[in-house]
Amino acid sequence: MSKIICSAAIRGAHNIVDMAEESYEEALKKYGADQEVSFPNTAYFLPIIYSMLGYKVEKIGDMKDIFQECRNLLPDLVTDDLWLPYLAPALDAGMATFFAEEMYESIRYLNEPNFYTKTEDPTADNIWLGAADDLIFRKRGVEFVDGTAPGFAAIMGSPKDKEVASRIALELQEKNLYIFMHDHTDGIRMAEQLVANDVQIGWNTRLVPFGQSYTTAVFAIGFACRVAMAFGGVKPGDYKGNLIYNKDRTFAFVMAFGPVSDEWYANAAGAINWGFPTISDYDIPEVLPTGICTYEHVVSNVPHDEIVQKAIEVRGLKVSVTKIDIPLSFGPAFEGERIRKDDLFMEMGGGRTTGVEVLVSKEMDEVEDGLVTVDGPDMSDIEAGQNLPISILVEVAGREMQSDFEPILERQFHHLINYVQGIMHIGQRNIMWIRIGKAAVEKGFSLKDIGKVLHGKLHQEFGAILDKVQVKISTIQEEVEKVVELAKGVYTERDLRLGNMTDETEEVFYSCTLCQSFAPSHVCVITPERVGMCGAYNWLDGKASFQINPTGPNQPINKGDCTDPSNGYFTGINEFVNQASRGAVPEVSCYSLMNNPMTACGCFEAIAAMLPQCNGIMVVNRDYMGMTPSGMKFTTLAGMAGGGMQTPGFMGVSKHFLTSKKLFLAEGGLKRLVWIPKILKEEIKDKLMERCKEEGMPELFDMIATEEQGETEEEILKFLKEKGHPALEMEAAV
Amino acid sequence: MASSRNGCDSCPEITCISTKEVLQQDIAKNVVTAYDRVKRRGMTACLFGSGGTCCRHCNMGPCQIIDGVDDMLGICGATADTVAARNFGRICAAGTSAHTDHAREMVKGFIATAKGETPHEIKDVRKLHMLAEIFGVETEGRDKNEIAVEIGELALADFGSQDDKPLTMTKRAPAKRQELWKRLNIFPRGVDREVVEMMHRTHMGVDQEYHNIMLQASRCSLADGWGSSMLSTELTDIMFGTPVPRRAIVDLGCLKKDQVNITVHGHEPLLAEALCLAAQEEDMLGLAKKAGAKGINLAGVCCTGNEILMRRGIPVAAGFIQQEMALATGAVEAMVVDVQCVMQSVAEVAKNFHTDIITTNYRAKMPDSVHIQFEEETPLESAKEILTKAIANYKKRGDCFIPQETKVDVVVGFSHETINTMLGGTFRSSYRPLNDNIINGRIRGVGVIVGCDNYKLTDEAHEIIARHLIKNDVLVLTTGCAATALGRAGLVNPEAIKHAGPGLREVCETVGMPPVLHMGSCVDNSRILIAATEMVREGGLGDDISDLPAIGTAPLWMSEKAVAIGQYFVASGAQVVFQNLPTTGAKAFNNYLLEGMMDTYGAVWNVASEPLEIAKLMIERIDQKRKELGIDKQRERVLFDMEMRRDLGGDKAIGDAGCTGASHHES
Repeated sequence: MSKIICSAAIRGAHNIVDMAEESYEEALKKYGADQEVSFPNTAYFLPIIYSMLGYKVEKIGDMKDIFQECRNLLPDLVTDDLWLPYLAPALDAGMATFFAEEMYESIRYLNEPNFYTKTEDPTADNIWLGAADDLIFRKRGVEFVDGTAPGFAAIMGSPKDKEVASRIALELQEKNLYIFMHDHTDGIRMAEQLVANDVQIGWNTRLVPFGQSYTTAVFAIGFACRVAMAFGGVKPGDYKGNLIYNKDRTFAFVMAFGPVSDEWYANAAGAINWGFPTISDYDIPEVLPTGICTYEHVVSNVPHDEIVQKAIEVRGLKVSVTKIDIPLSFGPAFEGERIRKDDLFMEMGGGRTTGVEVLVSKEMDEVEDGLVTVDGPDMSDIEAGQNLPISILVEVAGREMQSDFEPILERQFHHLINYVQGIMHIGQRNIMWIRIGKAAVEKGFSLKDIGKVLHGKLHQEFGAILDKVQVKISTIQEEVEKVVELAKGVYTERDLRLGNMTDETEEVFYSCTLCQSFAPSHVCVITPERVGMCGAYNWLDGKASFQINPTGPNQPINKGDCTDPSNGYFTGINEFVNQASRGAVPEVSCYSLMNNPMTACGCFEAIAAMLPQCNGIMVVNRDYMGMTPSGMKFTTLAGMAGGGMQTPGFMGVSKHFLTSKKLFLAEGGLKRLVWIPKILKEEIKDKLMERCKEEGMPELFDMIATEEQGETEEEILKFLKEKGHPALEMEAAV
Repeated sequence: MASSRNGCDSCPEITCISTKEVLQQDIAKNVVTAYDRVKRRGMTACLFGSGGTCCRHCNMGPCQIIDGVDDMLGICGATADTVAARNFGRICAAGTSAHTDHAREMVKGFIATAKGETPHEIKDVRKLHMLAEIFGVETEGRDKNEIAVEIGELALADFGSQDDKPLTMTKRAPAKRQELWKRLNIFPRGVDREVVEMMHRTHMGVDQEYHNIMLQASRCSLADGWGSSMLSTELTDIMFGTPVPRRAIVDLGCLKKDQVNITVHGHEPLLAEALCLAAQEEDMLGLAKKAGAKGINLAGVCCTGNEILMRRGIPVAAGFIQQEMALATGAVEAMVVDVQCVMQSVAEVAKNFHTDIITTNYRAKMPDSVHIQFEEETPLESAKEILTKAIANYKKRGDCFIPQETKVDVVVGFSHETINTMLGGTFRSSYRPLNDNIINGRIRGVGVIVGCDNYKLTDEAHEIIARHLIKNDVLVLTTGCAATALGRAGLVNPEAIKHAGPGLREVCETVGMPPVLHMGSCVDNSRILIAATEMVREGGLGDDISDLPAIGTAPLWMSEKAVAIGQYFVASGAQVVFQNLPTTGAKAFNNYLLEGMMDTYGAVWNVASEPLEIAKLMIERIDQKRKELGIDKQRERVLFDMEMRRDLGGDKAIGDAGCTGASHHES
């Protein structure tokens, strides 16, 4: 790092620490040392401080030590001559900067609770979102580790021209990156530029307006720190592990527009600790030698039309983007984009018209690869506001294709169609719903493009099992109805097959190590009756995935002999898990919460926990932010259930598992369930009622408490007694 | 009267400005220096001595052996190769013994410090814990002094160990190197034992096979590098603080006209540290004031100078070759000496002035000096006694000349720990940036310039070599009197990057470091072993020290310690270049050192007499290693997709068994 940059960074760091400390002194006076401080709804405290130092800042008073740490890290200013090595001091100053900024921002949350929206998307009167809460973080963070998002661009300031700003944002989106926006250049803010140019911003389009000042850079860096802790199994305080994890896995960089202030330099120096380089459009010194980042550390004077390309090159990122020949941008960054009422050109399905999508396998000679047909009126044939019925019939053939894979392939339609910019897809099967935006039609969108996307991407992702794909789209009512009929038959057959499949009928279960790249000492076992706890992978997925990629993350496990049907002990499973965990987990039960429960990486949809007083089990899903009768919120419980450890009484589960016949079998099954959040109860209402009936107790459904009955164990116990919940009569579970 | 003020006929011209200026002064006209004595002796060095074939190991001789002449074997029948090898082995033993006795004192001082018996303290607890791990000492919940006592006692036991267990520190060497030592059966055992065995095997009628003699010479020297020297460096760091970057000055100009000048000459920092502490005490300062001085100015000479320069930023007045010049200024009240590299002539020079030569170690006394024994149990008292004696001389100071212009700024303190931190900061400390920039060619390689200075080559030899190396993008590490010489040349200074090639300059600019890194005294060459090992460990530059694009030189070696250092470098896989070796009289043996050792150690001794030739040879070796590593060509930028990113550090996870990998990989 050149002397100029390091000198500036160290000056900037001094300014920032001074500013933050001043704000801390004021807050201390105003609120007292015991005042709680935090970023909204997170179990990671102030995440940079927590991950680097292992220190939990929970109260204003806790900040005193951290400011001391900042002062220890802050080096002397660089002298003009006979200077001492300044790179390390500048990097340390950058770290002190982040510590200070985190505290500064947390005090801001205290002083101005509504300064940020604390939402996923901008609100009507405020576009600045602030730090991602754990809900957003979980949802988005996973994308950093499964490869859907290779990293993020932390943008400081903005190009002057809103068109240029939008184009750069689009280019970054096309590289599947998240775009975190901070601060301004001469009063111009990138997020505002995008809004002015009708670009949709928010987490859903990966264009995230974090905050209006440079101090919000900590929201971006803190996000990276949390990814390493939550998914990488990096322990708080293991600073080196965290930084190297991010250098190797999170391909992030800083993109700065316009003049670079001392404070920006301080933040840039901090980011280099994580291996995140800075790319600037301004004439500043460069730092080209490599080592802390993968390649260069600071690259400057990059023209706007080259800046994205340059940035990913400097970061060493290879983005494999399949070129789909359609007139619209395409990629995961556009998946979450919405088509608002005012932008809507037309819609199909979703109750407005008949809509259906289905995938079936055929013989090789029955499918002409690449064939895409559209029968009936297309976009160019209709006026805005004219809705059409739609059927999408995809026929595939392949030597390795099995009818078991059909639903898996079909499930891809949702995200693949959503990947198209300006098109929104909701639902599946015959409740699917497509909204087409005006902008898409202006750019020349045709229904044929949906066919092209499905053909191209199915080939790309499932090339191992299919050889031919043809897509038949129709917007003619009679034809659509024919497809609906065909589809209904297919669905029935599928559901029947799935419904008949049990842990007893299948000899082979599947391991899931999809989280291998980021989660420690944990292996999921997926059985026909126990979906992966993330809720995303069922037994069929495992089977298909193994077929597609025999050395991939899903491996067959011969379940072996069942030595205990109620706990669900299988010799084959134990052997596998024992080996896979290097002896850390010698035994695992498939159906018990109390005896050797399955471990979890941290990606569970919900957590089951024993309530000893109630002699029953509660389950809380990730979306529920309130208190639970266990005395812990989800975020705290997650700490007990995650981390690859067996903690009897705590276990990660999928929502779907709640209606499995194998649920808590060892503890007495569904009748042990005493509490779930209302939102979850609503979500699985139909199936849950059905299961209660099957258990011979239809009234059980109403006996299961929610937060409406209470959030303490005492309240719940009272309710259970009133209702005569069966758990109270069962033998003690603890 | 001195015969020449500009060197002499038999030795190269003096180029060092401060030396020249001082010697030209009237007050120095009666000072006789080594330069003068070279001339006065009027004879060239003995050819048998120079060629290594003079044997004085028994009373049948002395025998001068002429290689290839049957009638000129030793009386016992010893060949030139045997005799030269025995002599060489004994040089290694002598060098090792010097470092060993020094180290033993340090270890004993360390134990005494841990027991609270000295004014010093255990300063670097982090390093203490690092060593504790190496020595297998429990640290959990234990007091630092308790840990230190245990480490100190284990370290002390390493000197006298009688079993066949390798020295503790050798486990720090790269795995491949350790395997080699094991295969060759040269893992050093007890340090004293290796010196004794070397002496025994070179006694009349014992080891008479030069390859075999050199195995022991290697083992003995390794006991120095990975044994005594390393123990000394590490424990001294823990006790007096691991060096960190700091500013200081070198050259005679650091002497002060209005202060009591005390030069500390020799090697063991225990004495110097005690003097530093005592010189800050009120009573001593008061005494100085009373004598009319503004203060007490300590300045180092030789390696004691480097020890306190690195840890305290105390100036170095002179290297070995300038010890007489320091006195010739007439401005030194006392030269306090302990052990090693003190010329007997200093007492003679001092007679011209008010200066006292104060010997402090029972091992090292000389005529015409004052002896004040440095008592390790009462170091402060000893130091005060010495200071008092020196201060008393201040009033007696006559005319003096301090060459003010020759004060040169330096930035020093580049311990292994400093290098590790300065490349990535507190949170990302590692050698990665160094390796990376060697791999990408910005830095061509690492050149190590160490050792003494003498009168055989021009006194600017170190500078010529260093300039050529940095110009060609070779990063220079330096220790000992070589470092002082490079300091005087202005190269141990961050602004010297203007003399560096574009690649090295860019890296130095990035880090803010000089192109020449001062790593300490000659005993601190062990730091270079650790740095080299760390480069190997960091990856990308082979899996042994012998794979690194690195080479060392001691161009103006004088002391036997330099040969021991050279041999432990070679036996550790680091090639070295010296300006000559006392082995030329034995063709086969000489050839073994220069070529044959390559097969054994992956490194050899090189000999080149001219500084530029030395530098070019070093670069050749570096280029050859770059080629062997396949880093001699421009590389394509690798871009990483998700699969590749998963593989980064992914080798530590079980491939098909899920989330079972290490929670993260260490950097």
